[in-house]
Amino acid sequence: MTNTTNLNLWVIPLLPLAGAAINGLLGRRFKNAMVSFVALFFTALSFGWAVWAVWTAWTGGPDRLPYIESHGNWIWTSTFSAPFGFYLDQLSMVMVLVVTGVGFLIHIYSVGYMAHEGGYYRFFAYLNLFMFFMLTLVLANNYLLLFVGWEGVGLASYLLIGFFFLKDSAADAGKKAFIVNRIGDFGFLIGMFLLIQHFGTLNFGDPHLFGDNGVFTQVSKLPSDIGWGWLTIAALCLMFGATGKSAQIPLYVWLPDAMEGPTPVSALIHAATMVTAGIYMIARSSAIFSRAPHALEIVAFIGCLTAIFAATMGMAQTDIKRVLAYSTVSQLGYMFMACGVAAYSAGIFHLMTHAFFKALLFLAAGSVIHALGGEQDMRRMGGLRKLIPWTFWTMTIATLAIAGAPGLAGFFSKDEILARDFAGPFHGHLLWAVAVITAGLTSFYMFRLWFMTFFGERRPDADLGNTHAAPATHAASPAGNGHDRDHRHGVHESPWVMIAPLVVLAIGSIVSGWVGIPQILAGHDKIDQFLQPAIQTPADVASRLEPPPSDVSSTPVHPPVPVEAEAESAGVEWTLMATSVAVAGVGFFFAWLLYYKRRELPDRITAKIHGIYLTVLHKYYIDEAYGLLIVKPLLALSTIVFWRGVDQGVIDGAVNGAGEAAKEIGGGLRRMQSGNIRSYAAWVAAGGAAVIAFLLWHSLVGVGK
Amino acid sequence: MVPLSWYLILSAVLFSLGVLGFLLKRNIITIFMSIELMLNAVNLSFVSFANYWNQNAARAMTNVLPLSGQVFVFFVMVVAAAEAAVGLAIIIAVFRTRETLNVDRVNLLKL
Repeated sequence: MTNTTNLNLWVIPLLPLAGAAINGLLGRRFKNAMVSFVALFFTALSFGWAVWAVWTAWTGGPDRLPYIESHGNWIWTSTFSAPFGFYLDQLSMVMVLVVTGVGFLIHIYSVGYMAHEGGYYRFFAYLNLFMFFMLTLVLANNYLLLFVGWEGVGLASYLLIGFFFLKDSAADAGKKAFIVNRIGDFGFLIGMFLLIQHFGTLNFGDPHLFGDNGVFTQVSKLPSDIGWGWLTIAALCLMFGATGKSAQIPLYVWLPDAMEGPTPVSALIHAATMVTAGIYMIARSSAIFSRAPHALEIVAFIGCLTAIFAATMGMAQTDIKRVLAYSTVSQLGYMFMACGVAAYSAGIFHLMTHAFFKALLFLAAGSVIHALGGEQDMRRMGGLRKLIPWTFWTMTIATLAIAGAPGLAGFFSKDEILARDFAGPFHGHLLWAVAVITAGLTSFYMFRLWFMTFFGERRPDADLGNTHAAPATHAASPAGNGHDRDHRHGVHESPWVMIAPLVVLAIGSIVSGWVGIPQILAGHDKIDQFLQPAIQTPADVASRLEPPPSDVSSTPVHPPVPVEAEAESAGVEWTLMATSVAVAGVGFFFAWLLYYKRRELPDRITAKIHGIYLTVLHKYYIDEAYGLLIVKPLLALSTIVFWRGVDQGVIDGAVNGAGEAAKEIGGGLRRMQSGNIRSYAAWVAAGGAAVIAFLLWHSLVGVGK
Repeated sequence: MVPLSWYLILSAVLFSLGVLGFLLKRNIITIFMSIELMLNAVNLSFVSFANYWNQNAARAMTNVLPLSGQVFVFFVMVVAAAEAAVGLAIIIAVFRTRETLNVDRVNLLKL
C-alpha cells in the first residue's frame, strides 16, 4: 500500500448498510418522508464518498493504483487466508461510480414510483441492502469477499423480485431467480476451489507489494506451455458463474421473469448493476481468461449466441418490461462477446453506457406504467407522446442510444465491440456478422416498443384476443401492486421526483459514450487507455511470455491480437461503423413500417408465419424444455429416490424399524411373565443349574489343563 | 467316622427334594415348607464343611477353631425365622382375600 491518503473504502459499502439497518429495523414506525430521507441520505453519502475516493486515488497518481486496504483477516488457516480487504483500481472505479451514481438516481425515482405502494420502508431497506452487497462485490480484494457480495446481491434480488409477495407469480419468479443463480454459483465455487488448490490464495494481488503472491501475479508467472489445462477449467467454472448472474445462455431464463419486481428494481438490479456483475468478474479475472484462450472462445460464443437469441425473443414480446428484459439479456451478450474476444475494456465500456440507457429505458417504462395506472401491455398503450412528453423525450434518447444512433452512448460502445469482434482472433468475422444482425434486431424491437407506446391512437381497452395473448400477460395484472387501474384513463405525467432522474440519465445516455470516441472520429478512446492497467489481454500475456528473439523455435502461447494494426486501417473501421448504422437504420425502418405506417401488417405477417411466431412468442419453449428435461426429472428423482427411497425408506425405516423391533421383542418376552409363580421358580432353578453347570465345566476344563 | 461326602449327598438330596416340592406343589403352605427344606439342606452342608474343616485344622497344629461355618448356619436360621413370620402373614392375607391357597389362582400381576 503505497498511497499516502487513507481512502477508507470500507465506508462506501457500509453507509447503505446503515441505511438498510435503520429502515429495516425501525422503518415500520417512520413516515414515508423519513424513510426516503434515510435511504437517500446514506446512498448519496456513499456516492459522494465514492466520488471523493476515486478522485483522490486518481489524482494521487494512476501509477500507484491499485489502492488496497485491509481490515484484518476473515478466514485464517495455516495455508489459506482471506482478508476483509478492499481494492480500488480503474475497473472498480468505473463500477463503483456506476453503482452508486445510477443507484442514487434510481433511489430518487423510487420515492415517486413507490409512493402509493405498501411496504415502502421494506422496499428501501432492501434497495439499500442491495447497494451494500453490490459495493462489496465491486470493491472486494479477493474472490471470497467478492462471492459474499455476489450471493448478497442474489439475496437482495430475490427479496425485491418477490416484493409483491402476495402475488404468486412474483414469489415464483423470485424463487426461480434465486435457484437459477445458485446453479451458476456452483460453478463459481468450483472455480474458486480450483484457484485455492493451485495458488493457495484468492487474493487478487498487489503488484506494488514485494513478494506479492495474489492469484493474478501467480497466473502471470505460470510457464507459457500450460495449454488446455486446469486453468481453462477454472476459467470455464468462473464463466459458468457469470452466465448465472449475467443471464447468459444457458442460465438466462430467470431474468425475464424477474420483471415481476417493481420497475425501479428492474432498472437498478436487473439492468444496470447486478446483472453486470458477471461481466465485471470476467474482466476482473482477465489475467486468468487471457491465459485460457479456449475458455475465452467459449465466452465469445456464448455471448454471441445469447445476444441474437434474446434479441429475437424480444421482438415478439408485448409486455413492455419483458421487451426490455430480453434487450438486457441481449446487451449482456454483447458484453460477454467483448470479453470473449479479450476486449475487456470494450465490455466494461458497454457496461457503463448500458447502465445509463437501460436504467433510463426501464425508468421511463416505469413512468409509462405509472401514468397508465399499472398497464404493462404495449397493445393497450399508444398515443402517449403528447400526454407524457418528458417521459417520451427521455425514452426517445434512450432508444436512440441503445439502437446505436451516431453520437449517443450506445453507438460508441457497441461500435467498439463490433470493431474488436471483427479484429478478434476467434472467427472474428462470424462474430461480427451475428453482432451486426443483433444490432439490427435491437433497433427493430426498440423502435417497435417506441412506436407502440407513444404513437398511434390511444387504445386502453384493446381486445388482446386469445391467440396473441402472450404467456406473460398475467404479469401485467396490477392485483398486487397499488397502482390504481381506475384512473388509467386520466393519463398523467409523473411527478418531478421521477422525471429528474430520467433527465439526468438521458444526459448520461448521450455523454457517457464520449469517453470512448475512437481515434478515427478524432477521439482518444480514453476509456480503453484508462482501463488498460487494470486488465490483462492475451496480447499483454503474449508480450510478457515472448521468448528472447534468439530463441526462434518456440512460439508465444497465443498470437498477439493485432488490434492496433487493424485499427490503423481506418477504412475498415469506417466501413464497419457505416454498416452498423445502416443496419440500425433498417431496423428502424421496419419498425416504422410495421408499427406506425401500416399497422395491419404485423397481424398478417404473424398469421402467415404462425408457427415461427408462436415459437418466438413462447420464447422457443425454453422454459418448457427446461421444465421437462431438468426440473421434472429432478423432482421425480427427489420424490422417488431421495424422499420415498432414502428419507422414508432408509432413514425413517431405520428409526421406525428400531422401534418396531424393540416392540416385537418386548411382545415376545412379555409372554414369559405368566403370573405363574412355579414357572418363575423354574426359571430361577434353571438359571441356578446353568450357573452350576458352567462352574463345573469350567473347573473340569481347568483341571484338564 | 462318617465321611464328608455322605453328608453332602444327603444335603443335595434334601435340596433337590425342596426344589421339586417348590416347583410341583400348588399349595402355598407346602411350597413354603419346601423353601425351609432347601434352607436346611444348605445348613447341613454348612455344618458338615465346618466340622470337616475344624478336624483338619486341629490336625494341622493350630489351636484356633474357625467357627464361621456354624455362625453362618445361625444367620440362615434367623433369616428363615423372619421370612417364615413375614411369609405366613402374607399367606394369611392372601387367603383372606382370595379364599384359596392354590398359587396358580394367585396371578393378578400377570400381563
